[in-house]
Amino acid sequence: MEIKMDKNGSELTVSLVGRLDTMTSPQLEEELQKELDSIDNLTFDFKDLEYISSAGLRVLLSTQKHMMKKGEMKVINVSDTIMEIFNVTGFSDIMNVSA
Amino acid sequence: MAEIELEAVVENLASATEFVTNQLERIPCSMGTQMQIELAVDEIFTNICMYAYTPGTGKAVISVDTDTPGIVKLTFTDSGIPYNPMEKEDPDTTLSASERKIGGLGIYLVKKSMDEMSYEYKDGHNILTLIKRV
Repeated sequence: MEIKMDKNGSELTVSLVGRLDTMTSPQLEEELQKELDSIDNLTFDFKDLEYISSAGLRVLLSTQKHMMKKGEMKVINVSDTIMEIFNVTGFSDIMNVSA
Repeated sequence: MAEIELEAVVENLASATEFVTNQLERIPCSMGTQMQIELAVDEIFTNICMYAYTPGTGKAVISVDTDTPGIVKLTFTDSGIPYNPMEKEDPDTTLSASERKIGGLGIYLVKKSMDEMSYEYKDGHNILTLIKRV
């Protein structure tokens, strides 16, 4: 998986390319931890994310919990298959997600 | 029917999912269904890697049976500690973000994406069978 980070002041956009699974989620968590304290607006761009497993959902939820204390988080360009996973797990009700 | 035996370590996750995906490519199976099956293989194999043999390691066997048209049958066998994933309580997906616990979604996703799931512990083996209608 490739992680692209674009930071503009306290706004960060994280674009993910490939697969967010057991193997790659720790990498994302590590990269986010370096940035979360200095931002108040976080966007995940899932345009090129092909796949997400529960390991990826875990990182999204812990990041959401962190961000809701201090700012905003949203997930954009979500594919149909990933949106279905967000719907099944109720993530689409607790996060700002859009196609 | 095809079968693969792997050391149950997360580094073999790609080998596990690729093996199953290759079997699915031989039969009519939509991309969406293929991804649901891949997700199930990912979640179950990961669980075996993380919990079955802790703190040691051991083997996991995955078999894919596509002999019956319209049915994919996956069987996961390990000889780790007895563990029935079907007894795991479902997460409450209606709670707010702050109330929700982190984790516990893997098995739930498998239950939701497969048509049937069964477990038995036999001769020292955990045997988990998943059925998906394709």
